[in-house]
Amino acid sequence: MSALHYARPESLADAIAILEQYGPGARVLNGGTDLMVRFQKMQVTPEAIVDIKRVRDMSDAIVWDGDSVTIGARVVMTRLIRDERIRRRYPALVDAASTVGSIQIRNRATLAGNICNASPAADTVPPLLVHGATVQLVGSSGSRETPLDGFFLAPGKTARAPDELLVSITIPPHRSPYGAAFGRLTRRHGVDLASINMACAIDAERAVTFAFGAVGPTPITVKDTSGALADHTVSDAQRDAALQALIARTSPISDVRASAAYRSAMLLVIGRRVLAQAQQRRADFDARE
Amino acid sequence: MAGQLIPITLTVNGTTCRSEVPPHLTLLEFLRDTLNLTGSKRCCGEGECGACTAIMNGEAVNTCLILAAEADGSDLITVEGLSAMPYGARLQQTFLDQGAVQCGFCTPGMVVAAQYLLMNNPDPTPDEIREGLSGNLCRCTGYARIVEAVMGAAGDE
Ligand SMILES: Cc1cc2nc3c(=O)[nH]c(=O)nc-3n(C[C@H](O)[C@H](O)[C@H](O)COP(=O)(O)OP(=O)(O)OC[C@H]3O[C@@H](n4cnc5c(N)ncnc54)[C@H](O)[C@@H]3O)c2cc1C
Ligand code: FES
Ligand code: FES
Repeated sequence: MSALHYARPESLADAIAILEQYGPGARVLNGGTDLMVRFQKMQVTPEAIVDIKRVRDMSDAIVWDGDSVTIGARVVMTRLIRDERIRRRYPALVDAASTVGSIQIRNRATLAGNICNASPAADTVPPLLVHGATVQLVGSSGSRETPLDGFFLAPGKTARAPDELLVSITIPPHRSPYGAAFGRLTRRHGVDLASINMACAIDAERAVTFAFGAVGPTPITVKDTSGALADHTVSDAQRDAALQALIARTSPISDVRASAAYRSAMLLVIGRRVLAQAQQRRADFDARE
Repeated sequence: MAGQLIPITLTVNGTTCRSEVPPHLTLLEFLRDTLNLTGSKRCCGEGECGACTAIMNGEAVNTCLILAAEADGSDLITVEGLSAMPYGARLQQTFLDQGAVQCGFCTPGMVVAAQYLLMNNPDPTPDEIREGLSGNLCRCTGYARIVEAVMGAAGDE
């Protein structure tokens, strides 16, 4: 067995060089709330741990450019949740980030880690998906930007190359009126992974986007462009039919957290709730600005 | 091949500590086994229970999920340093007065989490206390007395 190496690079170039040197044997250490659990249970046995918290040219800031926002890879959930402008603009993301673990966890856990860990149940991923977020990656062959939708390949697996670092996440501007909401189902309140989770966004053109987590190998994004779901003028029967058409694209399984049948039934129940809240937030959007 | 040793310098309860740590050592193990500060407990070892809670650079964290090497340069308050903190001594007394301690295994993490809560919200409601302590599990008390103890310690110093 080769000895474990701990590296704390101070530049992106150095970090990437170490990732390249160790290949798949290297693990990026951000807040560590996923990695450290798996490391201590020996579910991962890395040759090198690359701690990115001192990388100077990797931002730990929340930067606005007009109405678009870029969140650095080292921003922790607590920072995100406390940010007034984020709270006003992205309540669905704040609601999702607020459910992650406990206060102690949120003081360390990052959005980037939640994404790169690629759990099908990651809570901040559905809101980021419905917001149309992109991620910026830097590796030995340069930097690239890619939509979050399509980034997840399988449980625990993303399109990130072993020598790439996720450096930031960008949410594009949205034309008003716009509203979004987040919902999840857990077995108990606090410190529990979601049995299902979802986010819904309704844009200015009345298109409704849902992203569902924990009901397939990766989170999935589905869209209804009929306009029927954009406000509560639609009848309950029509709304449920439209929701069911979206839910039909999921593939829930049975596991320790819930059976497939229960998950399917709850997708509709929580789907209604999340839709109603997104409609309400969209109606309030102009007032809030 | 000799294992890697990482030099670290950190402040623990106001005292500067220098050491050399192997890469896999957790901050909790370092506190307990190297510094002999055994107040922080190892219970779940996976971030679920909060028995290992300390305040690192002003934020409550689970020390079982942090490497000792990562703590280099940080300012750490453990339960042993609590009485020097605002609310610390008061919390210790109200936990005793309310009988909020049974087996006591959760207590160090619980009072550190309560200290962190009161630092950020000096006058919490019972619901805010329950939320603030939701990362700390207690299998004995049923939490009611813990919430009362924190209520008792709240308010301006
Ligand atoms: C008790 C407990 C409760 C939890 N509850 C929840 C919950 O309710 N909902 C939820 O969604 N999650 C939950 N989690 C999981 C975890 O807290 C989150 O996924 C968190 O966002 C991970 O972020 P991190 O910075 O700690 O990641 P780390 O553990 O540092 O990293 C996670 C993975 O991503 C990789 N990585 C991290 N950053 C980068 C980067 N910049 N570039 C490339 N790769 C990177 C790492 O190599 C690792 O594989 C919980 C964890 C614990 C221990
Ligand atoms: S021992 Fe660290 S959270 Fe349980
Ligand atoms: S007093 Fe026993 S676990 Fe809390």
